[in-house]
Amino acid sequence: MAEKIGRVPVREQDPKVRAHNFEEVCYGYDEKEALLESSRCLHCRNPRCVEHCPVGIRIPEFIAHVRAGEFGEAARVIARDSSLPAVCGRVCPQETQCEGSCILGVKGEPVAIGKLERFVADWSRAQGGVAVEKAPANGKKVAIVGSGPSGLACASDLAKLGYDVTIFEVLHKAGGVLQYGIPEFRLPKERVVEPEIDSVRALGVKIETNVVVGRTVTVDDLLDREGFSAVFVGSGAGLPRFMGIPGESLNGVFSANEFLTRSNLMKAYDPESDTPIFVGRHVAVVGGGNVAMDAARTALRLGSEVSIVYRRTEKELPARAEEVHHAREEGIDFQMLTNPVEILGDEKGWVRALRCIRMELGEPDASGRRSPVPVPGSEFEIPADAVIMALGTSPNPLIASTTKGLETERHGCIVADEAGATSRPGVFAGGDAVTGAATVILAMGAGRRAAKAIDEYLRS
Amino acid sequence: MYKITRKEMLTPSICLMDVEAPRLAASAQPGQFLIVRAREEGERIPLTVCDFDRSRGVVTIVTQIIGASSRMICALEEGDSFTDVVGPLGRPSDFVDEPDEALRGRRFLFVAGGLGTAPVYPQAKYLHERGAKVDVVVGAKTADLLILREQMTAVCDHLYICTDDGSEGHHGLVTEKVKELLAEGVVYDQVVAIGPMIMMKFVALTLKDSGIPLVVSLNTLMVDGTGMCGCCRITVGGKVRFACVEGPEFDGYAVDFDEALRRQTMYRPQEQEADHKCKIGRN
Repeated sequence: MAEKIGRVPVREQDPKVRAHNFEEVCYGYDEKEALLESSRCLHCRNPRCVEHCPVGIRIPEFIAHVRAGEFGEAARVIARDSSLPAVCGRVCPQETQCEGSCILGVKGEPVAIGKLERFVADWSRAQGGVAVEKAPANGKKVAIVGSGPSGLACASDLAKLGYDVTIFEVLHKAGGVLQYGIPEFRLPKERVVEPEIDSVRALGVKIETNVVVGRTVTVDDLLDREGFSAVFVGSGAGLPRFMGIPGESLNGVFSANEFLTRSNLMKAYDPESDTPIFVGRHVAVVGGGNVAMDAARTALRLGSEVSIVYRRTEKELPARAEEVHHAREEGIDFQMLTNPVEILGDEKGWVRALRCIRMELGEPDASGRRSPVPVPGSEFEIPADAVIMALGTSPNPLIASTTKGLETERHGCIVADEAGATSRPGVFAGGDAVTGAATVILAMGAGRRAAKAIDEYLRS
Repeated sequence: MYKITRKEMLTPSICLMDVEAPRLAASAQPGQFLIVRAREEGERIPLTVCDFDRSRGVVTIVTQIIGASSRMICALEEGDSFTDVVGPLGRPSDFVDEPDEALRGRRFLFVAGGLGTAPVYPQAKYLHERGAKVDVVVGAKTADLLILREQMTAVCDHLYICTDDGSEGHHGLVTEKVKELLAEGVVYDQVVAIGPMIMMKFVALTLKDSGIPLVVSLNTLMVDGTGMCGCCRITVGGKVRFACVEGPEFDGYAVDFDEALRRQTMYRPQEQEADHKCKIGRN
């Protein structure tokens, strides 16, 4: 009977309503829906979903517990491999990972692994969370730079192994991109992110906020003066890129990082917050990734009309399929095969329009994607009083430039091997700081591998 | 954490505070800044590090009431705490990297406008302690608004005061005093101007044919102050730079001040609204 049921749909907030609020879009499964969806798993002998999960969650095992109604057991299975399941259940690109490899997806729809993970995590959190086994303290101190996904994952694994772990965070709140980058309507902060970080603290991990590693202390200080035996650098990719086109310094041009940090970390959408945010009448968002979708949907909720400008076609949009779908439902305008060439200003230096050129897809480039080429003479203007650049981010050079002997490559990414070892003994790195901007779950995977490598390094 | 151990109103609208921040006090250098939040819902407000005492673990900050957030900061009292204090941010002044012998005898002119006196103080102090010759021109609207006068006098060779209303010292602009000093034949190896953007622009214009290197410290808008948001971007020598991580100090002759002045007004309507405590229609 299992294979006869289609994927259980998930309840969501009405697009017309949610376009005006910051409440979570997706409600997630209830018990009944989770039980039903879990019955669809075929329990493959060689589960491809596990192979395609960057942190290797034992997916069929936790789903079996869900099916048996043993939600607490399911949470314990997940907790062995992930410290942020409520986050990952919400923001992972499941369609290219676990669900993308689910055998049911060949002919029909894959098991909703992400939604089941989210259900288990939310259920478990409501019951007070999972008690995780911890090795006795071994007296060795490890410092982690950055409290984003890679740092939290690395810290959790090391704490479970008995290390005394301190995370140093530059911002006033822990969580990295989970706090400043991903909006409330996709990842609630008080209800999901903060309890999940508290669960890392509950393992004994200390988090010191407001510390700029590279300025307040250096990696060398941590190793030489503060008694840390190893350092993991998970400082992310926080440096926003701009296009380098004329008009980018006009008033009304923002990086997605600025716009989202104001709204997410500083809560500018909330009238109680003191931080201002610019609400345009018509906002053009340049880019096609998750950050572009987040910026566009945030601007929409603040009351702007929004167009997304992307130089390839919808098929190439790097954002999660669910985000694109949600953005469309909410009324975001998509200008595909369109590339900005100049931002035009009024006489006072404020944005008045985005001048663009239409593109067409040419020959495949090195990445195998057909590269967009401009259509001559096709320039046109999109009227806009704000432009948000969501073109990706690079690692912040501060740590590399203040740490002796730490090698970087030309984009500023720290050079590290598969296990996270850098050119400097005792210094490990992972996540976006090494790869450039990627996903929460890949960063977590890198954090876990580095934790293993740090443990081996400190034992030898 | 971040307890205010001393508060002094320097003028009715400018307050000085000593704040406990041991890590910051241990690592701060002249030229750098910090960011504070006065309360949980508070903005991140960049302020210059006016002084630091490494042994006591405190930093000194000076705040002028110009809007809702600075009003909130100045309303905190001795014994209260900031929700957050982070830093030091930005690069230290270039002279911090030079050996002390190289600074001995070198002649510096500082031009400080209003609250700019606060960041000038640690620089003048650093140089004075190392045997450099330090002259300081301080400008204020009126004599009552002059700050840190005794402290500054103790760390410089000459202190020249200018007031817009002539209530003390030179009656007129700091640029006039600077011109006068140069005309008298005083030879400076370097000028450092810190104050309102418009003052720094005119110091640069005044000195542009002098051949004297000019450093300015830019007080742009910022959110995180760590290179993440790009809100502080400015054009220096035709290149886009982030004041928070690549500055705050830049070559005064290369800065596009008109753009910087325009960008400072980005949130003015919202700020004015906030100051009137009205949060309706935040647009």
